[in-house]
Amino acid sequence: MESNAEASGLVAASRESKRLMPIVFIPAQLRELAGGIQSVELQATNVREIVNQLDTKFPGFKDRICTDGNISPSLQISIDSVITSRGMIAKVQPHSEVHFIPAIGGG
Amino acid sequence: MSAYKKVHVTTTINGEQVDFLCEPRHSLLEVLRDSLGLTGSKEGCNNGNCGACTVILNGRPVDSCLVLSAEVEGAEIETVEGIACNSNLHPVQQCFLEGAALQCGICTPGFLVASKALLEKDPDASEETIRFDLSGNLCRCTGYDKIVRAVQAAGQQMREI
Amino acid sequence: MTTTQYRVIGSRPVRHDGADKVTGKAIYTADTKLPGMLVGFVLRSPHAHARIISIDISEAEATPGVHAVLTAADYPNVENKMADLGEGSINLSYLSSNCMAQQKVLYRGHAGAAVAATDVHIAEEAVKKIKVEYEVLDSVTWVLDAMKEDAPLLHDDMVTDSMGEKASKPSNVPAHLHFEKGDAAAAFAEADVIVEREFKTATVHQGYIEPHAVVADYNEDGRLRIWTATQGSFTCRQQTAEILQIPLGNVLVTPCEIGGGFGGKITVYLEPTAALLSKKSGRPVRISMTRSDVFEASGPTPGSFMRVKIGAKNDGTIIAGEAWLAYDAGAYPGGVIGPGCMCVFSCYDIEHAVVDGYDVCLNKPKTSAYRAPGATQVAFATEQLVDELAQKLGMCELEIRQKNAVKEGSRRVDGPVYPPIGLVECLDALKQSDHWNTPLQGPNRGRGIAAGFWFGCGLKSSAACTVNSDGTINLLEGSTDIGGSRTSIAMQLAEVLGLEADDINPQVGDTDTAGYTDVTGGSRVTFATGMAAYEAGRDLQQQMKTLAADLWDCPADEITVDDDGSFSGNNRTLGFKELAVELFAAGEHLVGRATVSPECPTNGFGAQIADVEVDPDTGKVTVLRYTTIQDAGKAIHPSYVEGQLQGGTVQGIGWALNEEYFYKDDNSMANASFLDYRMPTMLDVPMIDTIIVETGNPEHPYGVRGVGETPIVPPPAALANAIYNATDTRMTELPMSPPKLWKAMQKHQAS
Repeated sequence: MESNAEASGLVAASRESKRLMPIVFIPAQLRELAGGIQSVELQATNVREIVNQLDTKFPGFKDRICTDGNISPSLQISIDSVITSRGMIAKVQPHSEVHFIPAIGGG
Repeated sequence: MSAYKKVHVTTTINGEQVDFLCEPRHSLLEVLRDSLGLTGSKEGCNNGNCGACTVILNGRPVDSCLVLSAEVEGAEIETVEGIACNSNLHPVQQCFLEGAALQCGICTPGFLVASKALLEKDPDASEETIRFDLSGNLCRCTGYDKIVRAVQAAGQQMREI
Repeated sequence: MTTTQYRVIGSRPVRHDGADKVTGKAIYTADTKLPGMLVGFVLRSPHAHARIISIDISEAEATPGVHAVLTAADYPNVENKMADLGEGSINLSYLSSNCMAQQKVLYRGHAGAAVAATDVHIAEEAVKKIKVEYEVLDSVTWVLDAMKEDAPLLHDDMVTDSMGEKASKPSNVPAHLHFEKGDAAAAFAEADVIVEREFKTATVHQGYIEPHAVVADYNEDGRLRIWTATQGSFTCRQQTAEILQIPLGNVLVTPCEIGGGFGGKITVYLEPTAALLSKKSGRPVRISMTRSDVFEASGPTPGSFMRVKIGAKNDGTIIAGEAWLAYDAGAYPGGVIGPGCMCVFSCYDIEHAVVDGYDVCLNKPKTSAYRAPGATQVAFATEQLVDELAQKLGMCELEIRQKNAVKEGSRRVDGPVYPPIGLVECLDALKQSDHWNTPLQGPNRGRGIAAGFWFGCGLKSSAACTVNSDGTINLLEGSTDIGGSRTSIAMQLAEVLGLEADDINPQVGDTDTAGYTDVTGGSRVTFATGMAAYEAGRDLQQQMKTLAADLWDCPADEITVDDDGSFSGNNRTLGFKELAVELFAAGEHLVGRATVSPECPTNGFGAQIADVEVDPDTGKVTVLRYTTIQDAGKAIHPSYVEGQLQGGTVQGIGWALNEEYFYKDDNSMANASFLDYRMPTMLDVPMIDTIIVETGNPEHPYGVRGVGETPIVPPPAALANAIYNATDTRMTELPMSPPKLWKAMQKHQAS
């Protein structure tokens, strides 16, 4: 399932948790690679499966977000607004929402 | 090792007579910290801008990094280590603690010494006077609010004693 | 709002390390002295950009009293590998080159060699005898100049990375970030009102009063001991071990008391150099930076160029945002552009937005974090535009913020949705505050408000508590204490166990004794290390239940622990201390432990009100009154929460009104001293009133959110808005120092 739904629509979707599969937001810089879509629902239980499926659907995707087989150090993964430190092995739930965002440093 | 001949200095620090040898180029701060082990006075800038090394020299607060150690022959010096009397904290120390007027604590010795000097002269010091008088002491953590209040509280305690 | 009543949490005990700090006994790094210790001094580049042709150290080496001279040739070659800093990561090759320049110096102050001698004066004189031949190169210190095609290149092999896609040509722009939410272009077409401006901010420094300092002792057996001023002993250990290419386990880092950090004492500068000087000389070595070194060669926080645009409907709903941001990274890649992009619209629920960000290398010291890194710059832009929008719509500046404020469920431009947060509550508190409800009168006076946000992070923390025979506790944790965190952590343990804060002896351990703990930064210590202490207390209670079951001859699951920490079972009730004493007498000894790694951002929101008076003849701004409001979740020690709010605010006032790296024509810094850099003194600021909002963070047992960083975010914007209301002059450049403001006022009057 692919979606061009406006982001605001997705808020409602995630709140209602009607989805049966996790939804992955395609980073804006990779949307061209993904044919312009903003998000995609995937049958996956962890980040590795998500990345592999995205790479199958959109060849080259993995190279853009991974270094040496792991999520690039300049990125972090947000699952349901929680920043996971578990990288590829982080678990996702059927209703989860997954984002790839820049790593943040603090003071 | 050094090309400089050392100078013998006799001075009084926190009520005790102290003798030391120093090079003419050594500041009072260097001697206090490196030769005498009095590391309570801190070095934040070494050019008189921050006040972390404030000591009382013959009754006046000074930046000890700007005083040459050879100049203190015969002087009376008070450092942060000498503020508490036996095991009793001075009111400025107590008020800084109770008023949370310190965070990292690096500027605290300088503030305590400068505050004590001010309050001994003027325990009634207004907020404006305190801010003017202590403006040579930099603090980067507290925003000064709690320091001003602690000095005011200490002044009140000193007036009551 | 949290309503639970606590015994210890919310009280204001004297901090555990307080007496040491008011008597001069607390030991900071520069106070450390080891037998036979030498003192190091670092040779620093006089040029902003130059190739090192040759270095001749022979004369320095021959100087009496000199025991070791070091150059980059003594540093191991470090591969291009990323090291985790706890928050974010860093390229080790760049980190190593920043500690000691290889081939090129990239900024004035860049280390090129170092000397260890019997005293600092001999070392300093010997450094002057090192002969370096430089080929001076063109340099650049302004972001937009550095981005130009023909700009002098700092790194020949550096290309722009756009989320994994590499540009074909080298440039000074190591990264381009891009975010999109909805369709910004279409939304702007729908907007009734649009405001857009360009903004500039200057490079500023954290300004901690303690200069960077380290003592290193490289033992004959290959073990390295380091005493240092660091915000994170474990990351310091990792960076040092990786740069020196020695086993992590061979390095022991002892964090001394630290004289301020604010984000600037996370990356290493001196540690590897001191270690190598110690190895070379066979003696312990101490190095302290001079104040000018601190300004020129540690990590200030970025200057920036920003173009920001927002659009709204006539009813005040902000529907579109657009931002183009370029931040200094300094000499090496990896600035704070990421959080800048993620914070530019973080306070407002905007349906359509697009954000572009550029990390830009130039000939300034490598920038580092400074309280909410990257957020203050963008707030200066956005919060002024929101005021302008309100003005155009004839709305109150508070009302427009309340109308558009993010709340639980609002989607951020970078994607994630907010959990429960407290911006609305902060704005409500602002509206009800005495300050807001007291009219400001008089000529040349104005009031301004602004909101602010910082993520706050969890990361990893550990705590262990050993029960003494009298029922008191020794608490071992690994968070270096910069502002009273020993006490705020101990109070959480005291609360869970039913003890007083004084019953806990908190100690900050070194890397051999404390469990792994990430940096004191990211507003995380009271939140995460406090949570570790809480969990260690729970662990202790679990163990005590089991042991009490034996003592009281009843099943463990029949023993309950009450909110006051007392244990009940088999018709007996004992407080924690009493039970601990009985258990100790019965031969039991107890250690509770916990490690935590909370992963949800703590989402700290705040709002501030500034009243100013502007001198029309000089452009000098006097801050008349200031109120800082923040959602602390739950304030563990309110005095130290207020202290964070007040301290961050005054740093923000300095950033707004005065602080700036001035560059001369040769791109060297003209004002590398406290006198010339001119941070706020006591005389420059009023009392800072605080209002602590407590919305409770569901991710923490007591509801704590981080408070350390957010307070620095609103001040430049709040003051700019106040200055506008006082003078009718919109300031788009930081600092709003008298000459700049005066010129802007003249220009405005002329138009």
